Amino acid sequence: MDRELILALRGVTCRYPDAPRDSLVGVSLEVRAGEFHAVLGPNGSGKTTLVRAALGLVGPVAGRAEILGRPAGGWSRRELARVVGVLPQREDNLFPQRVRETVSLGRYPHLSLLGGMGAADRAAVERALVACDVTDLADRWLWTLSGGEYQRVRLARALAQEPKLLVLDEPTASLDLRHEMQLFELVRALVDAHGLGALMITHHVNLATRFADQVLILADGRAVARGTPADVLTRETAERVFAWPVSIVPFEGRPQMIPLRQRKEAP
Amino acid sequence: MKYVVLVGAALATLAAALLVGPANLPLADLFGSPIVWQLRLPRAVLAFLVGGALGVAGASLQALVRNPLADPFLLGLSGGAGLGAVAAIALHLPGPWALPLAAFIGAVGAMALVYRLGLMGGAELDPRILLLGGVAVGAFAAAVTTALVSLAEATELRNAFLWLWGGFSGASWTTVLVILAYAPLPLGVLVAAARPLDLLALGEEPAQYLGADVRRLKQGVYLAASLLTAAAVAVAGVIGFVGLVVPHVCRLVWGRLHRTLLPTAFLTGGILLAAADTLARTVAAPRELPVGIVTALLGVPVFAFLLRRWTVS
Repeated sequence: MDRELILALRGVTCRYPDAPRDSLVGVSLEVRAGEFHAVLGPNGSGKTTLVRAALGLVGPVAGRAEILGRPAGGWSRRELARVVGVLPQREDNLFPQRVRETVSLGRYPHLSLLGGMGAADRAAVERALVACDVTDLADRWLWTLSGGEYQRVRLARALAQEPKLLVLDEPTASLDLRHEMQLFELVRALVDAHGLGALMITHHVNLATRFADQVLILADGRAVARGTPADVLTRETAERVFAWPVSIVPFEGRPQMIPLRQRKEAP
Repeated sequence: MKYVVLVGAALATLAAALLVGPANLPLADLFGSPIVWQLRLPRAVLAFLVGGALGVAGASLQALVRNPLADPFLLGLSGGAGLGAVAAIALHLPGPWALPLAAFIGAVGAMALVYRLGLMGGAELDPRILLLGGVAVGAFAAAVTTALVSLAEATELRNAFLWLWGGFSGASWTTVLVILAYAPLPLGVLVAAARPLDLLALGEEPAQYLGADVRRLKQGVYLAASLLTAAAVAVAGVIGFVGLVVPHVCRLVWGRLHRTLLPTAFLTGGILLAAADTLARTVAAPRELPVGIVTALLGVPVFAFLLRRWTVS
């Protein structure tokens, strides 16, 4: 079955104004419907630039970034928001807000200038709340939520956009184990159940290899490896990229990375 | 429902403004009196419109610079308007419109300067630069104003300061018509920006991911809110507090979404300022208090009460 190609980067090179070097060098990536892609790499390796280039916020100096076959920079923000839902790393909460209001913001790209939320919009919000298991929180204030609940609410907001592609920039940073696992399982379930494409930037190598279909490893703006977790996460690659000795062991058919201790234990 | 209450309150405020005043009119003469038709009514309507404009401008600017302390006059407009007005007085410009026009030009000049600062270095109206630039331009204009005032004669000086503190004693139907012709365009721009402004509260990048064209939004809102404020300052002087506190009151009572916030801020700002002006011209009659003092005296207790509710919920 040929799945719909949603996001395609072809040899994308990006450079910020006044930067001494390229932030991204010749990176290629294809995300299709029903695929979960993880992007790994140390800090400053170009992961966030990759997302910005994919979403047309940074224009490539070479190569092409396309969404549904159209250059990413050629979409209006409103059109793009109906196709791609994004969880940025950071956002502000300037004014107090309830969960359902926050999720409703996801409907904005679908609303006309003066029209209000219609029945279809409210239904989409409810579906998103259910899908992310936050219906019980709908009337709570945002600031009363735990970190994990908050991320699920933000994911629900992205789902309310009814996108074809989800882009998540380090969604599990600072979450504890349970919430981290819940989020990975949720993204996997959304990809499988709704046929969404997902592109997740993460530092969790072992969860990325266990949940994602495809892994891209970036270092210094270059794609060091790209492919299935088993192909990509080898000892050589991991040690080179993360600059630390590791051991790779299989678990349920997926490679898991164990960082090795450098100093011998005292006798 | 909230609009029924607010419009009712607005009508009641305007009616009260017609009934009371230093010229103790008997109720029967009220509708035939030129004092009511030529003085009290245009004055109350103008106060209402200016209060509404300041409420809407304040609400949008707070969302634009993403700072709850923002106020329409924070971005250097009051300084520019004051400088324009004082310059007009110092230069003895003639005619009833010299002062408001000069104030308007001063405010728009300050706005243009701050806007230009906000575009420097490729920054696209960075809120921090707008705030700092506004404070700096305002301080510079205030310094020049003070220099002019210190060189002026005593009566001119008193006029300049009275004007700066604001008031509606010069209100007329002509002023009301000028504002009625002028305000709909910037108000329309801001109302059309209501939904993207909701998104902007999340930050610029998240707003773009939810479909807002942040660049155009910031330009449109900045220009529209500033032009509204410039008109308000030109006809009424610097009236603080309305643009800062009314939006917060409305957010606390009716929620933060701009589709509700902007209309409620307009009505609440109008009610507050029309009521404050009625008090300003009656409590110490025949003298008048500066209306800005009354807005603060009325508004601060209400605001303090609502802040308590904010922390409790």
